[in-house]
Amino acid sequence: MSTENKDIIESKVNITKAPEGIEGAGFFATSLDQVVGLARKNSLWPLPFATSCCGIEFMATMASHYDLGRFGSERLSFSPRQADLLMVMGTISKKLAPVVKQVYLQMAEPRWVLAMGACASSGGIFDTYSVLQGIDRIIPVDVYVPGCPPRPEQVIDGILKVQELVGKESLRRRSSPEYKELLASYGIE
Amino acid sequence: MENVTESIGKALHDKFGDALVKQELIVDFPTFTFKKESILDVLTFLYDFEIYKFQFLTSICGVHYPDNVKEEEFCVVYQLNDMVKNQRIRLKVYTSEAKIQVPSVTSLFSTANWLERETYDFFGIEFIGHPNLTKILNMDDQPYFPLRKQYQLEDETRDDKDDSKFGR
Repeated sequence: MSTENKDIIESKVNITKAPEGIEGAGFFATSLDQVVGLARKNSLWPLPFATSCCGIEFMATMASHYDLGRFGSERLSFSPRQADLLMVMGTISKKLAPVVKQVYLQMAEPRWVLAMGACASSGGIFDTYSVLQGIDRIIPVDVYVPGCPPRPEQVIDGILKVQELVGKESLRRRSSPEYKELLASYGIE
Repeated sequence: MENVTESIGKALHDKFGDALVKQELIVDFPTFTFKKESILDVLTFLYDFEIYKFQFLTSICGVHYPDNVKEEEFCVVYQLNDMVKNQRIRLKVYTSEAKIQVPSVTSLFSTANWLERETYDFFGIEFIGHPNLTKILNMDDQPYFPLRKQYQLEDETRDDKDDSKFGR
């Protein structure tokens, strides 16, 4: 490879920085938490649960102009079994609530949830008998993205916030008493 | 349009007599109020009526009038169309809250199946003779009939709504 080409690649392609650690000739030592966090946060597989206009904005986020693939999330998982991140986008009616919960339960740990838009976060303008007033009434939510609907930039910002959480998560968090208590408060074993 | 109301009303009165409680023209919409027991017979009669053939059931809906006199708190409204002559009419039957039952018209119009289920779902009006009168739009364990006016429209589980914060 010519020097010129190499310069172009290095200036245009972002490569994740290595975590802090001790480096020497032929070895690099760091903590397992950081390596696992690094790998997880840059390869999140989102499961889109899109019910309305927020889903349209999400499609724009995934498409070439905003391209969520730049952040390692271009692979959508339409099966909950392989997904890391549940993205609930749109109004969830009370009749649909058990479906959202079932999808969440089918995901394997570790799993994260992003509530996109006013409806998923709080019921939004639909303060009415038939609409769930925020998905955090049935499942724990990690990141809320405000907006009605949010612009793709906001969705990307939300994903980056999730990545921040994922990267810093301790390997023991999912077996901690606090986490079990959180799930128990939602009636999840 | 008054002529239309008159002519249909006369034919209905000749056929059903006192079962026709009231006939009126609301703006451009001929409206007839019947006793609820006769609704299926009336619809069957209008299906093969000589002047207009009302063979399309556009909608069924319920209305709750909590301030009405007793025996007439709930109303079921049927809207029918004659697609050939472009004529529509509205039929109303009233029912009491204590005995909230209306005969089903599913034997005549298949579309009444879902429409009556919807009306049952939101108002709790029982349609006698319906093959499967269960909830259709709301969640199965919805504990009340939400469009009855004694219930508020807002979600009653919200505890974060403080009017003083919104200047109300």
